[in-house]
Formats: sequence, structure tokens, C-alpha cells
Amino acid sequence: MIEVTGLTKRYGARTAVSDVSFSIGTGEIVGFLGPNGAGKTTTLRMLTGFLPPSAGSARVAGFDVESQSMAVRSRIGYLPETVPIYRDLTVAAYLDFVGRLKRMARARRQERIAAVVDACGIADVYLRRIGTLSRGYRQRVGIAQALLDDPDVLFLDEPTVGLDPRQIVEIRDLIRGLAGRRTVVLSTHILPEVSLLCRRVLIIHHGRLIADAPPDDLRTHGHEAMRVDLEARGDAEAVRAAVSALAGVASVEVSAGAAAGVVRARVTAHTGEDPREAIASALAARAIGLRSLTAASLTLEDVFVELVTKET
Amino acid sequence: MGRMVALFRRELAYYFQSAVAYAAIAVFVLLSGYFFYNLLGYFNLTSIQAMQNPMQARSLSLTTSVLQPLFGNMSAVLLLLLPLLTMRLFAEERRSGSAELLFTYPVSDWDVILGKFFAASAVYAVMLAMTLPCVALLYHFSTPETGAVASGYLGLLLMGLTFIAMGVFFSSLSDSQLVAGAATFGCGLLLLIVGWITPFVAPGVGAVLNELSIVRHLDGFSRGVIDTNDLVFYANITFFFLFLCARVLDSARWRS
Repeated sequence: MIEVTGLTKRYGARTAVSDVSFSIGTGEIVGFLGPNGAGKTTTLRMLTGFLPPSAGSARVAGFDVESQSMAVRSRIGYLPETVPIYRDLTVAAYLDFVGRLKRMARARRQERIAAVVDACGIADVYLRRIGTLSRGYRQRVGIAQALLDDPDVLFLDEPTVGLDPRQIVEIRDLIRGLAGRRTVVLSTHILPEVSLLCRRVLIIHHGRLIADAPPDDLRTHGHEAMRVDLEARGDAEAVRAAVSALAGVASVEVSAGAAAGVVRARVTAHTGEDPREAIASALAARAIGLRSLTAASLTLEDVFVELVTKET
Repeated sequence: MGRMVALFRRELAYYFQSAVAYAAIAVFVLLSGYFFYNLLGYFNLTSIQAMQNPMQARSLSLTTSVLQPLFGNMSAVLLLLLPLLTMRLFAEERRSGSAELLFTYPVSDWDVILGKFFAASAVYAVMLAMTLPCVALLYHFSTPETGAVASGYLGLLLMGLTFIAMGVFFSSLSDSQLVAGAATFGCGLLLLIVGWITPFVAPGVGAVLNELSIVRHLDGFSRGVIDTNDLVFYANITFFFLFLCARVLDSARWRS
């Protein structure tokens, strides 16, 4: 659905996007990550036909973004980072205007407006002027216009910014509901959102694509040793002695626990080792009461920060 | 075509839902009425004096004493008012970022330019039409030359369209409405008075500058003469600025 080859955008001497290549299949939801100024928005602008690439090419829905811009534009929906909608129009007038610009016939326009108003939960503000709406509602109107023509490809730049937690859940459900039928490219800073919604993550940094993998792969990738957090009732020194004696354990840090007589320990294993069961039986053998034992997995934040700092 | 109409309707709705159109129309009609009243009063006075002087009476005409100066005065008012109509058109889309979304819809640059141009032109046509009661008064009390009235209005309409095209262009250059408005006013004023310098430059240059003068081309129309040269001049300037605007929209995407 999206084929990007060697995509590059230069502004004078500055290169905003440099030789980015990837391809996204139909029905995929792909997270597009990167620090501010990494080139995410520039890439989206090239894919939506707003900016012409300096070099390389991109095909969206089977059409070249540069030479067949109109064909691309009529098959995509786009929610820009700052939702720029005409404050003086009512939601009804705005969606009708967008429908006309998207060349939708009257009957289909009315049908689709009813559908997106329902899907985005904006029925109760339908006749209000957009300038008077709260930020959350404005964001939803922005999503509604992107969905209006039932596009094949949807580009969402930070869709949940400025929404309250309940609205965020609703919008995420909405986006998840689009999976399978549409290709969605979701640019965001909110990393848990990517883990929740996307099966695949593209990380862009300094205009270059530095990672392209499922979030789970990213989390387990590399050579990070497993870390185990535990809580036990017993003497700190006894816990340290019991755990550090195990073969798979590289180091142990013990600290005071939440209650008297309880200690916490963070255990770092040797690479490739999983010492969880050994720890449990070692503590049990010494009559130390094990209260909890969890493997601290790397969050996407950890991976993201690691990747981005490694590059610089 | 459908896209152009949708954009036209959206801009026109903005003009009439905000106070912009009403303010422009009201100011224009009030000032035009004031000029008309003065010119007519003065014409009345000289007519009474001319009763004693048949030679003077022969040279008196509504066209030269009322219509011609009235159209001249109106053009000066338009120079101030039309930039206020056009300065918002692209500057606001650029400032608010809505241009980014607009140009990812399947609309061509020309759809957008013409939709905006025609919307401002429609407001301007209403402004002109609202001054027709003055002319109706002339017909009630006298017999003005219909040809001169019609061609005068045609000339004024064409001149206004060049100002609007100029305004659309300058609006596409900046994301500040004030800069766009000021530039339009400056450029329009320059084209109005560019003929003044003719005596002080080389004859060849003077002839060219004289041809560029917007008022010189209005003169014929207000005398009742429709010259192809004048028609072509206004059409050219209008298209020239709209074309420049299209180039700006195109290049803005390459640079920004």
C-alpha cells in the first residue's frame, strides 16, 4: 500500500529526511516514532503529496506521490499535527465542505458524514462552530475529516494529543477498529500507544530510518541481560547471599522493602540466562519467604532512548 | 470545477458571516454617496450660474462633471478597501496551518486561487451594485449618457479585479495579514500614480510607465469609450498576478 524508496528531502543545505526506504502492506497499523525534528512530519507531508521529495520516490495506494498527486490525495486521509480547521464554520458545514473538496457526490457525502459523526462521537456538537469546541472535540473533528472519504490509507500525526484519558481510550479504540480494512500510519510521541496499537514500528532519527520491527521484537532485541525484581521477607544479607550464590546471576542489589522485615532486590542475570526458578527455590530452601518475583522487561521507552542515543 | 465552487462558497460565506463584507460595503457606499452628493451639488451650482452664460452651459455635461470624477474618487476608495478584503485569503491559511490540509485534498492550486479570487470579486460586485441607487437618482432627475454609465462601471469592475488579483498574490506571500494588506495597498497605489513620473524620464520609459498606469486605463471607460487596449491591460494584469500566486504556492512547497 505504501512503497518508499530512497526518500530524501533537503531544505537548502539541511537534509530533513535522508534516504528513507520502507514498505507497508494493506491493513497494517504502523507506528512512526522519532524525537522532535527527526523528520516524521516532513515524511508524512511527502507521503500526503503536500511536499515534493528532493530525491527518491514514494507510492501510496499504487500511485506516485509526485507525478500522480491527485490520485494519491483522493485515496488518503490526513490528520496534521496541529489540527487546523476553520474556526468560523460549524462542524456540519466543515464536513460538507471537506466532502465537496474530496469530490464526493451528495448522497455519499451525506451518508459518510453521518457515519464519521457517529464513529468519532461528535453528534452532540454537530451544529456548533468549531472555534467554540474544546480541544478534544476539535481533534475528533480532525479525525472525522480524515476518515470522511473512507480512505485506503490514513496518516495520523499525534492523534491523541490534548485529549483526556477517556477520549484517548475512545480514539485508540476507533483507530484499532480501522485495522485490517485500512492502512494506518500513526506518528506519535506516546510510546505505550505504539505498543497498544501497532504491530510494527518505524523509528526515524536525524532524518534516517534506524529501526523497522514489531514492538515486541524491539523490546527483546539486542543483548540486554534479564533483570528480575523480587520482594522477600527476611534478612537483607541472607537474601543477598542466597541469590548471588546462583550460577546464572551476575549481580544483586538489595534495598529496604515497604514493610519492616521485608527487602527488595534487583537481580541482573548473565546474558541468556533466566534465573527466576532457581531464585525461587534457593530462597525457599533457606526459609526466606518470597513475596513477589517479576522479570523487569524493557519498555519501548528504554529501547527508543537506547536506539536514539546510540545513533548520536 | 466543483472544488472551485466549494472553495468559492466557503470564502463567500466567511465574508458574509464575519463583519468583513458588511464593513467594506457600508464604508464604500457611504463614501461614494458623499462624493456623489458633493459632485452633484457642485454641478447644480454651476448649472444655475450657466443660465446667464450660454457658452459655459454648452460645455457642461453630467458625464464629465459628475460621473468621471465620481469613478475617479471611487477608485481611490477601492484602493484602500479591496486590500482589506483580500489580505486574509492565503495569509490566514498559512498562519493557521490549514493550508497543509487543504493541499492534501484532491484540489488543484488553481481551484483554490480562483475560488478565493471569485469570492472576493463577488463581494466587490455587491459593493459596486450598492452604489447604483445614485445612478438611478440621476436618471430620475436628468438624462445621463447610459453608455458612459455602463462603461464607467465596467471599467471600475475591471480595475477592482486587478486590485483583487494583486491582493490574492500578496496574501500568498506572507502569513501576516497586515503585511499582505500593506503590500497590496502599496503596489496598487504605485500603479495608480506611476504615470506622474512620465515627464521626468526618457520618453521610451515614460511611454511604458504611462501604459502601466491604472487610472489612465480607467479614463477611457469613464468617458464612455471601451478600448480593447484597456480591456487587454486589465485582463493581463489580473492574470499576471494570479499566475504569480500560482508560482508562489508551487515554490512555497519546494522551500518550506
